[in-house]
Amino acid sequence: MSTLAHVFEEAGIATIVLSSTRSVAERMANPRTLHCEFPLGRPLGKPSDAAFQHDVLARAFALLDATEGPVLVDHPEVIEADETALSCQIPPRFDADAHPAVDEANGIRKAYDRTLEARGMTNVGRSVEPDGMADAVQVLVDIAAGTPWKEAGIPGGNTTALCHDIRTYYEEAALSLANVIDGDGDIPAGRAIEAWYFDETETGKLVLEARQVMKDAEAPFPVWFYMVPGHR
Amino acid sequence: MSNGDVQMRELGDNFPVPDMGGTPWVTPKPLSESKVAIVTSAALYPAGGEAFEAGDTSYRLIDSAARDLVLGHWSPNFDRTGVAIDLNVVYPIDRLEELAADGTIGSVAPQHVAFAGNQPDDVSTIRMDSGPRAAAALKADDVDLVILTPV
Repeated sequence: MSTLAHVFEEAGIATIVLSSTRSVAERMANPRTLHCEFPLGRPLGKPSDAAFQHDVLARAFALLDATEGPVLVDHPEVIEADETALSCQIPPRFDADAHPAVDEANGIRKAYDRTLEARGMTNVGRSVEPDGMADAVQVLVDIAAGTPWKEAGIPGGNTTALCHDIRTYYEEAALSLANVIDGDGDIPAGRAIEAWYFDETETGKLVLEARQVMKDAEAPFPVWFYMVPGHR
Repeated sequence: MSNGDVQMRELGDNFPVPDMGGTPWVTPKPLSESKVAIVTSAALYPAGGEAFEAGDTSYRLIDSAARDLVLGHWSPNFDRTGVAIDLNVVYPIDRLEELAADGTIGSVAPQHVAFAGNQPDDVSTIRMDSGPRAAAALKADDVDLVILTPV
């Protein structure tokens, strides 16, 4: 973002950066920066809070009063992500013959579909479509059980895309399971649904397990590392 | 608390930044006369449109009327649920429309720009090539001011 601020300002367009990492904005000496210590991925701070978003923009536009730069101002409110797992109910086991993660992935399909209907779009589909989700989870079951990752039939051949799609499928389902997207549920904190996925669901735990197996088998770093957030 | 955000910000603190050779400066027009665009690094693109590759240095122009935007960012290291709940938490297009309607800003630009935040370390392509081309596209639309939102 900071690099682009320089590029656009040099092109003759005034710029204001909403920064997420203060030290980077400071060292880059951007013309105008409003530092926002908000959850990463939420630069305007609060989803579905127009008043708060307007407050952020008003403070950003106020930087236009400066007559020289760099100018760096902090938004006065700090909002932290919260890795306490979202509380939401996972459908009970249905098919006792399936791996618990595969069964679970099938079980949350209705919740995923409710979110899809409410939003009219999805972020799933980089390498797996919703109809292929159970088979995609089965690939991770096989890897965790010892099938060499190169022989496991990874959809699209890209573990980052595969894990993105499975996680996003779960995260979008969680928005309905917790009545966020089509009810009156509270807006989850940043990373609360991520924590639910990795700490509470069978599939989230399976991804961590399959990743460890691939790491131990000395798969190339980019193949296993980006399957989950770095701190996990 | 979030160990993930803390760790990512610590990485940023230790990340080498390019020497940009000072601070460029444009004397801005009055806000109420300014045409405003959003430039985001969330790798947004219209559903069904051209996706971003990992390490993609290109950009997408987004029509101001578009709302069905896919988050094409490849990093697993940030919250994606906020933008699934409300696009404006990353891309405050409805807020800009409201500010144009009440006269706070002059107008909303007809198109906006999305890059992918996870760029190669030297950022040379966005600095020397795709960044200037995106800026020229906004200049052609007479954009006066951009607000940059990171992911």
